[in-house]
Amino acid sequence: MNFPAELKYTKSHEWIAFDGDTACIGITDYAQEELGDLVFANLPQAGDEVFAGEAFADVESVKAVSDIYSPVTGTVLEINEELLDHPELINEAPYDAWFVKVEGVSAQEDLLDADEYAAFVEEEKAKE
Amino acid sequence: MKLIFEESRPGRKLGLLPECDVEKYEIKAPKRALKLHLPEMSETGISRHYTQLAKQTRGVNDGFYPLGSCTMKYNPKINEDMASLPGFTGLHPLQPADTAKGALSLMLGLKESLCEITGMDDMTLQPAAGAHGEFTGLLLIKAYHTDRKDLARTKIIVPDSAHGTNPASAHMAGFEIVNIKSNEEGCIDLDTLRSVCGPDTAGLMLTNPNTVGIFDPNIKEITDIVHAAGGLCYYDGANLNAITGIARPGDMGFDVIHLNLHKTFSTPHGGGGPGAGPVGCKSFLKKFLPWPVVERQDSEAFLSMPEKSIGTVRSFFGNFLVMVKAYTYILSLGKEGIPEASTNAVLNANYMRVKLKDKYKMAFDHTCMHEFVMTLEHEKHSLGITAMDIAKGLIDFGIHPPTMYFPLIVHEALMIEPTETESKETLDDCIDAFLKLYETALENGEKLHGAPYTSPIGRPDEVLAARSLKLKYEFEA
Amino acid sequence: MSSYIPNTAEERELMLREAGYSSFDELYADIPDDLKLKGELALPSGKSEFEVRKEVSSLASRNKQFGTVLRGAGSYNHYIPSIVKSVTSKEEFVTAYTPYQPEISQGVLQSIFEYQTMICDITGLDVANASVYDGATAAAEAAAMCIDRKRSRILISAAVNPFVLSTVRTYSFGSGNKLEIIPEKDGLTDIEKLKEMIGDDAACVIIQQPNYYGLIEDARAINALAHEAGAKAVMSCYPFALALLETPAEAGADIAVGEGQPLGLPMSFGGPYLGFMAATKDMMRKLPGRIVGETHDADGNRAFVLTLQAREQHIRREKASSNICSNEALCAMTAAVYMSAVGPDGMVEVAEQCVSKAHYFAEKLKESGLELKYKGEFFNEFVTKGGDADAIQAKLADAGILSGLVMGSDEILWCCTELCTRKELDKAASLVKEVLS
Repeated sequence: MNFPAELKYTKSHEWIAFDGDTACIGITDYAQEELGDLVFANLPQAGDEVFAGEAFADVESVKAVSDIYSPVTGTVLEINEELLDHPELINEAPYDAWFVKVEGVSAQEDLLDADEYAAFVEEEKAKE
Repeated sequence: MKLIFEESRPGRKLGLLPECDVEKYEIKAPKRALKLHLPEMSETGISRHYTQLAKQTRGVNDGFYPLGSCTMKYNPKINEDMASLPGFTGLHPLQPADTAKGALSLMLGLKESLCEITGMDDMTLQPAAGAHGEFTGLLLIKAYHTDRKDLARTKIIVPDSAHGTNPASAHMAGFEIVNIKSNEEGCIDLDTLRSVCGPDTAGLMLTNPNTVGIFDPNIKEITDIVHAAGGLCYYDGANLNAITGIARPGDMGFDVIHLNLHKTFSTPHGGGGPGAGPVGCKSFLKKFLPWPVVERQDSEAFLSMPEKSIGTVRSFFGNFLVMVKAYTYILSLGKEGIPEASTNAVLNANYMRVKLKDKYKMAFDHTCMHEFVMTLEHEKHSLGITAMDIAKGLIDFGIHPPTMYFPLIVHEALMIEPTETESKETLDDCIDAFLKLYETALENGEKLHGAPYTSPIGRPDEVLAARSLKLKYEFEA
Repeated sequence: MSSYIPNTAEERELMLREAGYSSFDELYADIPDDLKLKGELALPSGKSEFEVRKEVSSLASRNKQFGTVLRGAGSYNHYIPSIVKSVTSKEEFVTAYTPYQPEISQGVLQSIFEYQTMICDITGLDVANASVYDGATAAAEAAAMCIDRKRSRILISAAVNPFVLSTVRTYSFGSGNKLEIIPEKDGLTDIEKLKEMIGDDAACVIIQQPNYYGLIEDARAINALAHEAGAKAVMSCYPFALALLETPAEAGADIAVGEGQPLGLPMSFGGPYLGFMAATKDMMRKLPGRIVGETHDADGNRAFVLTLQAREQHIRREKASSNICSNEALCAMTAAVYMSAVGPDGMVEVAEQCVSKAHYFAEKLKESGLELKYKGEFFNEFVTKGGDADAIQAKLADAGILSGLVMGSDEILWCCTELCTRKELDKAASLVKEVLS
């Protein structure tokens, strides 16, 4: 399983990439695998506020829906419209399939680096 | 097989109506310019098309249908006959009440019988389905608190084992939902309940027996806790078939209840509906019931408008023909047959549970009510066999799969509700089928992943269906 | 007495013992004794099928069935072809559950897919669901589809059916959304008033076509007004009006709903009926209830499944936009069989006969001395003024004719369908004349 070193991670299985005071958010390889084939991504609108630790989007598989939590507080600058028509991109390339770009990042959750997240995932798997 | 649109041929038609016997009036308002593509069929064509579709449909008449929580009992044919009487089907809902005395009297008889069975004081027959009844019942609770100016009561408590309709209905009624975790027996944890009850509690929604098929023995304490906090108690009647004539939700402390006439009272499901979801209440809530309510004055039925009615939840009186079927059923069973139905539903469920429990792990190893839940969690990890595999495998034995993956608190759940209208040999055949499937799981799991093998189609690609949506036939331009 | 339990007393005893219980009471050991019902239910003893048939039939015979029905107001007396009942009484369809197991439910699933296609066809819109309870709840569900964080005001015409209005109001009491009524003027939705009240936070504008008084609304203008204000346009439609009048799609509606009862379902004292719902592609994911989609199985066979299920209550729970679970599937099939039986020409023919007969009858009633209350063009219902409405109702009832609906002391809402013959209409008009003279 692939956890790129340049990204930060949450315990709710999102990844985040910072670029100045904007950030790009998606879900991890582990998350997409656990969720199975995704059939829809329900995204916020540009201009919406998101809050650290709160759901800002959800993804649907055939028989389940799962909330996606924002690791940061900020304002949605842009959404990845391509996911609306092609949710399978999240399964195929989770680190290219960003959900939103957030600007004006003011607060953030405790984030893990790739090694810490990989260890956390191992713990999660052991619990199953 | 072909879609009816693919069978359509230009110019085919039925001879249904005489020519218009008055002068044609030409509408002056803007007219439809879009072409209509409805199929052009002969009567033979329609009859054969739907007969083919019927062959690819499985009803209770085709065989055992142990769908948990759905109470797929046999649908008596006399019910259908009675609901087809022209004296019922030909009535306009707004014809003068004195020309519909029989219909009103039937509604009154049904309402009074259901009140007696549930221990409630009054009832509306208007809601069209169980979920619709939940919404209606929750509005009664909302109206009660609003009327008392007790406006802080914004929360409805729902256990995590509840039907999805419970939280969805509470949300539609404008409540916040407080989900509480069930205890190890699948029942309400009293301490947890106490900890969430307070001045913001509008009420509790509960089904008892609950969705794991167990009667919560603490029920009176539960309703007392909610009442002491100033909340009301809502009974989801989806599982009433276990206890009719044995115990009554009204006596357990419930203030509001909905029933599913299409479960407990034998009216058919029609491939998804119509059902009927009457809502009963204690007398202090009757002034909030939807209008109109059918009431008794001496021996006659009449319609009345409750003083502080929440309004209508749909048009007219509800699914009247479904009421005719349920009333016919109640007359047939009577005071002896109603408890007998429940006792035998419980007997059939326990018989199957005990015969299966050596092979299949019961989610809760306990005397069940009308249904029980097994878990394939262990088999999923050890054999790679899922609840879905076993369920689909049953199809090849001519048995409808049980409810899968519900309740959510049990992993890899299979929920089985045999109902009272199945014979011992039907249950035995199903038990055999389950045991054979378990053997197959041990010996040749791969085979089970491909089941069913005898149905008109194999497992469809649901991911494709949801990703590239095709929700109607596209006509050629 | 019938309880439909196959097992004999001996078999029951045997099963009880094999399950490890010594008595039936033991099965109910979890129910505290003080909660158990003491004694019997206060109900009559069970009856034989013969006795039940007699009792229920005698209730049916206490109702008056009118040979001629000139009343609509939400329930319509249309001709029902024999094939409709024949198809929809097939036991497989009647007794099936919701098609959660697609491998053995292709028949029901395909029939719903065909129904969805037909509803899209008659409304002109892109996507339809598998039905909701009735026309009134369809309107309430449509309003809920339009609500978002910035828009929570529901504007509804005063000229919609009172049950529709009342039901949308009840649902709004639940959701906490604000319901505002657009006044009527001359029996039509008052467009000038709508302009004043629409504002920039209206979620939707709901009208009925034709409206409760039978009048044809300027749907295009009203829908355009809604859109200018950023609101959605919802039209509640009489199915036969869809065959003749500009469709909701052509008139710019985002959502079309309606009462499907006229499509092959008997009046049945108010139910079961059928709420149909269709919407533009943009609103597809907000549609409540079940939706069937096409796919294939591993061998490439065409297959139908319930799809977009993650919108629904069993998955989304409190976040679902609607709680609907059971719908009116068999009624939807009834409508589909009906529309297949009449075909495209038949839909138009029925609609034209309804309209023509209503206009003929309106003229006859005018000759009898009644006036039309409104000047606008009507479809197959209209309101008259004049005479003692109760006396007219009583006089016609004596002759086996159900008059129009009494709306006030001298106002009646009449309805004609293809079932009313010229002779019956002439007779009704002459009876009205007798009352007036």
